[in-house]
Amino acid sequence: MSAPAQVAQTVGPPMWLLAELTYRCPLHCVFCSNPTEFAATGAELATEDWLRVLREARALGAVQLGLSGGEPLARDDLEPIVAEAHALGYYINLITSGVGMTEERIRALKSAGLDHIQLSFQDSSRELNDFLSSTRTFELKSRVAALIRKYDYPMVLNVVLHRLNIDHVDEILAMAERIGADYVELANTQYYGWAWLNRDHLLPTRAQLERAEAATQRVRARLGAKMQIFFVVPDYFETRPKPCMNGLGSVFLTLTPDGTALPCHAARMLPGFTFPNVRDSDVRSIWYESEAFNHFRGDSWMKEPCRSCPEKTKDHGGCRCQAFLLTGDAANADPVCDLSPHHHLVTEAVARAEHAAAAGNGGNGLPTVAPGAGSTRPRELVFRDHRISIAVEHGGVRRALSET
Amino acid sequence: MSGVGPAAKPAIAHGMRLQWEPAQSAHVLLYPEGMVQLNESAGAIMSRCDGVRTVADIVADLERTYSLSDLSADVSAFVELALERRWLELRE
Repeated sequence: MSAPAQVAQTVGPPMWLLAELTYRCPLHCVFCSNPTEFAATGAELATEDWLRVLREARALGAVQLGLSGGEPLARDDLEPIVAEAHALGYYINLITSGVGMTEERIRALKSAGLDHIQLSFQDSSRELNDFLSSTRTFELKSRVAALIRKYDYPMVLNVVLHRLNIDHVDEILAMAERIGADYVELANTQYYGWAWLNRDHLLPTRAQLERAEAATQRVRARLGAKMQIFFVVPDYFETRPKPCMNGLGSVFLTLTPDGTALPCHAARMLPGFTFPNVRDSDVRSIWYESEAFNHFRGDSWMKEPCRSCPEKTKDHGGCRCQAFLLTGDAANADPVCDLSPHHHLVTEAVARAEHAAAAGNGGNGLPTVAPGAGSTRPRELVFRDHRISIAVEHGGVRRALSET
Repeated sequence: MSGVGPAAKPAIAHGMRLQWEPAQSAHVLLYPEGMVQLNESAGAIMSRCDGVRTVADIVADLERTYSLSDLSADVSAFVELALERRWLELRE
C-alpha cells in the first residue's frame, strides 16, 4: 500500500457526500439497504456535528449532498442542516419515503435551499406498496408527490424492483407520468442489508427482467426526453461486475447516523477495519489518511483473476461487499464476474429464482406473485424491524423470526 | 433544436444549477444526483446564459473578453447541443 502522503497526491476529493442522518424509519421495507444490525448503531450525531462535517467535506470539494437514512424527515433539524448545506454551496438531494413531509416542512425546506426531492414508491398499486413497506403509505406518498410539484422541486421517483413488482413496470411508469416525475429510477434490488436476507424471494427471473426492460424501452420511445428513465440492471444477471462506487475511496463518502465514515453505505460489514468516526477525526484525515479509505484504493489489494485483468481499471474488481457476502473474502473478485471462480454462487441463486418461479405457477414461466394474489406471497420475507435487528446483532435472525 | 439564432436568449434549464468549483477548477452543472464538469469554453459560454443576454450578446462578450473573432458558429453549435441535453432552455 502507498504511504498516505503519496495517496493524497493521486486521490481526488470526495465529491459525493451521503449523509445518513438517522436509521429511524417508519417503513419496514423488505429490500432496505440499511445494515440489518442498525439497532446496534450508536447515538445520532447532533445538529452542530452535522454542520461541522458539512463544512469540512465542502472544503475538500464535496458538492453533491444526499440526505438519506432511514427516513431523514425523522430528524427535526433537517431544515437547519439544509440551510447550512445550501449556504456552503452543496447541491442538496433529499432521499425520502415521504413520511413526515407536510406542506409546512416542504415550504420551509424550499426556503432553506433544498434542490431536489427523490420520493420512493414500493409499487404502483396501493396494495403491494403497503405490503412491501408494511405500512399504509400509498395515499400519503401520492399527496407528497403533489406537494413536490406544487413547490416546484425537480422530482425523482424511485422504485426498487424485484420479483414481486417487476411485472408492473408499465403501471409504475404510468404512475410516474401521472404525478409529473422528471426522472424515474427503476432500481433493481441490490442484495445487501435486509435485501440480502430476502434475496431468494426477491430475485426476479430472466424472463421478468427482459419483459421489464422491453416495457421501459417502449415508454422511453413514447415520451422522449420528457421524463428520463434510469433502469438499474440487477448485476446478478450480468457477466461483468459493476464499477461499484467508481472504486472505494474514489468519489463517495458515506456518513452513518452515529458519525462513522464509510467508503460506501454498506461497507461497515467489511471485516478487519476500524472505520473512523467524525467525532474523533476531521473529514480530511479520514478521507486521505485512514486505513479504511486507503486500503481498497488502487489495485495492490487485488487477487487473481482481477490483479492481471485488463478490465480492472474499468470495474475495479466490482463490489467489495458483494465479494465478502458471497465468498467470505472482500479481496476476491466480485462473483458477478464470470471470470471469478465463485461465479457459480451467482448463477445458482438465479437458478433458484427461476425454479421458485416455475414451481409457483405450474412451470409456465409466469411470475409467482400476481397483484392481489396475497395467498401466494412468499411466507418468509423478513421485514426491516427494530426488534429483528437486535436479534440479528446477536446472530439469531432465523430464531427471532421463528419466535415472532 | 437546429438553428439557434443570434436573438435567442438561452438560460440555465429549470432544475439545473451552474457553479464554479474551486476544487475542480471548473464550472460544473448540477442536477438531481448528477454533475457535469464543463471544459473552459463550455463554462465560459454557460456562465453567460442568463436568459437576458442574446446569443449575439454572448458572442460579442466572449470575443471581447478573449480577444477572439468569429465565435458565432461555435457558440451557436454549443448552445444547440446544450439545449438538446436540457442543460439550457430558451427564454422569451
